[in-house]
Amino acid sequence: MSTTSPTKTGPVSPVSAQPDLLYSEEEEALRAAVRDLLTDHCGAARVISRAESDTPHDLSLWKALADGMGLAGLLVPEERGGQGATHREAAVVLEELGRAVAPVPYLTSAVVATEALLACADGSEVLTSLASARRIGALAVPLHTAPGAPFPSARAADGVLHGELAGIADAAAADVLLVPAADGGLYAVEADATGVTVTGQTSLDLTRPLGRVTLDGTPGHRVGDAEPAVQRALRAGAGLLASEQLGLAEWSLTETVRYLKDRRQFNRPVGGFQALKHRLAQLWLEVVSLRAAARNAADALAADAVTVGDGPDTAVAVAVAQAYAGQVAVHAAEEALQLHGGIGMTWEHPVHLYLKRAKADSIAYGTAGAHREALAELVDLRTP
Amino acid sequence: MTDAAELRRRTQELLVAQPPATTGRLDFLRARFDAGLAWVHYPEGLGGLNAPRSLQAVVDAELEAAGAPGNDPRRIGIGLGMAAPTILQYGTEEQKRRFLRPLWTGEEVWCQLFSEPGAGSDLAALGTRAARVDEDGWVVDGQKVWTSSAHAARWAILIARTDPDVPKHRGITYFVCDMTDPGVEVRPLRQITGEAEFNEVFLTGVRIPDAHRLGETGDGWRVAQTTLNNERVAIGGMRLPREGGMIGPVARTWRERPELRTHDLHQRLLALWVEAEVARLTGERLRQQLVAGQPGPEGAGMKLGFARLNQQISGLEVELLGAEGLLYDDWTMRRPELVDFTGREAGYRYLRSKGNSIEGGTSEVLLNIVAERVLGLPAEPRTDKDVAWKDLAR
Ligand SMILES: Cc1cc2nc3c(=O)[nH]c(=O)nc-3n(C[C@H](O)[C@H](O)[C@H](O)COP(=O)(O)OP(=O)(O)OC[C@H]3O[C@@H](n4cnc5c(N)ncnc54)[C@H](O)[C@@H]3O)c2cc1C
Repeated sequence: MSTTSPTKTGPVSPVSAQPDLLYSEEEEALRAAVRDLLTDHCGAARVISRAESDTPHDLSLWKALADGMGLAGLLVPEERGGQGATHREAAVVLEELGRAVAPVPYLTSAVVATEALLACADGSEVLTSLASARRIGALAVPLHTAPGAPFPSARAADGVLHGELAGIADAAAADVLLVPAADGGLYAVEADATGVTVTGQTSLDLTRPLGRVTLDGTPGHRVGDAEPAVQRALRAGAGLLASEQLGLAEWSLTETVRYLKDRRQFNRPVGGFQALKHRLAQLWLEVVSLRAAARNAADALAADAVTVGDGPDTAVAVAVAQAYAGQVAVHAAEEALQLHGGIGMTWEHPVHLYLKRAKADSIAYGTAGAHREALAELVDLRTP
Repeated sequence: MTDAAELRRRTQELLVAQPPATTGRLDFLRARFDAGLAWVHYPEGLGGLNAPRSLQAVVDAELEAAGAPGNDPRRIGIGLGMAAPTILQYGTEEQKRRFLRPLWTGEEVWCQLFSEPGAGSDLAALGTRAARVDEDGWVVDGQKVWTSSAHAARWAILIARTDPDVPKHRGITYFVCDMTDPGVEVRPLRQITGEAEFNEVFLTGVRIPDAHRLGETGDGWRVAQTTLNNERVAIGGMRLPREGGMIGPVARTWRERPELRTHDLHQRLLALWVEAEVARLTGERLRQQLVAGQPGPEGAGMKLGFARLNQQISGLEVELLGAEGLLYDDWTMRRPELVDFTGREAGYRYLRSKGNSIEGGTSEVLLNIVAERVLGLPAEPRTDKDVAWKDLAR
């Protein structure tokens, strides 16, 4: 938690410490730098044309972001080869990546796989390679898995792994896969090792494609215990996904407002009709609210990393953000499509990329329903 | 520059000079005002020290720890939230000195004479007349309506038409009205909850000295904007703990009375709990922005969100109570001085919260404001812009 929060100037209040929900100047500077790069290298036309190609991931963009700007190592301490920043900064990066529906494995490699390795005693070498962006990592747990939910695992026997794991986000781009195995271990598996096959699945979200990983007598290096690593990874993934959803929703709102100020029907800009103004104002309120929820989750995750705690409040912050974010991002993208009229239905207009990402995001790392169920326990509002 | 340490020192000085245990409530509040510790960002001599607004928290925490009496902000909300910032911005030195101290201590309650039977959302259409009668004053005639706390108020902020020959926004002037004037008649207006929080106010030949005009003659609409903007921020900037709003009583009932639980209500309760928590965080974020000196447009949005949530949550609460939800605690016609959401039962909350999307600007009007001033969408076509007020259809 930042110490610059204006609420903490006085003696400690009887209420628990307040989260810092604003952005620092450094965070705004980081945002500006990421946005500049994306404006230059991640235009909508480029994302659309790549979407159906054999290489859906934009690895040159990834190189610029991860290698050039050092963003892949934000969550990794400096002594382990990273930037030693916090979830607050990573969240800002994700807002911008969401705004551009950038086809890069940031959330999967720099957040989820990285968090899994941070929980492992023996993953330093892989961790450093991810932090420096020499390699891309993917946690081989299906994207829809909520924190706390069961997940499939591979069989481990005689020092090699067997099995099939589907629904793995960004598997196609990964150099190293982190595979949970039935013996309770988490294994680092080289994507080009013996017996590994990664097949792309036809995915709803073209910019974060899923893959099927088959292991057939594949060697792996046990880096730590699967359960705590996967839980930590999924929680950070779910919490920071809210910031990506915020970026997506903001793009949808901003673009729609811009379009409706321009577009004329009935001899007026369509955006002057009250029926539409009210819908957009309502959407604005949802986006503003999502910003507060997403910042709260990022701030809580950052605070937890400092205290190496596992605060129940962080679990609440993440669950609240994910129980709320999905509906806002989907609503924003759906409104954007509808209010763009016919052009919104076309392949050439980028709104479909946003709708597909928003809908997929609403399932990723647990649906809103799954997170509400988690809250029922966390805040003692139990089922009948 | 006054910093936190300096404020802490001054607060301790006040506590030594006026020990809360042995000092009367009003005496303490007056001394606090005179020490500049009432609202530290106000000017010296007017209850403040020209300090950053964010440092108020330092003073409040010290005083709270010492068990000092507070000034009951809920009872004097209109004065604190709306009259005071307007007087500070547009008042003369004399007006500031006369009004701010008793306003802050709560010795004098304020009300807002804005709305009229024919002018609600279209407030600038108002018809209450203020005519200049001589050197030192005005005479006001007209009718106001839905005036909260008029029965408890010593003073009112009032807008009235001073020039019917110009377009409606330009012919309005802003006054302070003495509610004890014999020409002021306050009649309770019973409302949906059974009680009368608000009133009709009839103004007949009310004499208002020119010294009680706020801002220039004809500039009242601009002055009123200060009041209205502050009204929305005052509502949005409140600080709440988790479950501090209307969701609190419902969550408690859920925990304490398992026999009321159903699966359908569970789903709805969880969804609303999440929204209430998000709304609380949004309010907290707005507060942090204000304290950090970057006021955002979230104020209007907060009011929209709270209104909808309060209505949905209280609706759910009545349903959760089932058989008890069919009952009501008390229909007695009373004239309370403040809205008491927590002291009453679910049915009251359900009915009273209907006003949240009407008072202080309706949700429809606030959505227009967000769309036009925040998102920059085109304004509604106007047919009244260049027409003198007296020529408008009514
Ligand atoms: C509990 C309570 C306390 C109040 N206290 C005070 C007080 O202390 N002092 C005071 O001066 N006033 C007070 N008011 C009055 C309040 O400010 C007005 O009721 C409010 O501004 C709406 O005006 P109206 O009632 O005339 O509704 P109208 O303006 O007649 O509106 C009727 C309906 O039309 C809609 N509408 C109007 N214009 C538009 C538009 N341009 N676009 C879309 N929809 C529109 C409204 O949203 C509403 O649904 C209070 C009201 C309540 C309910």
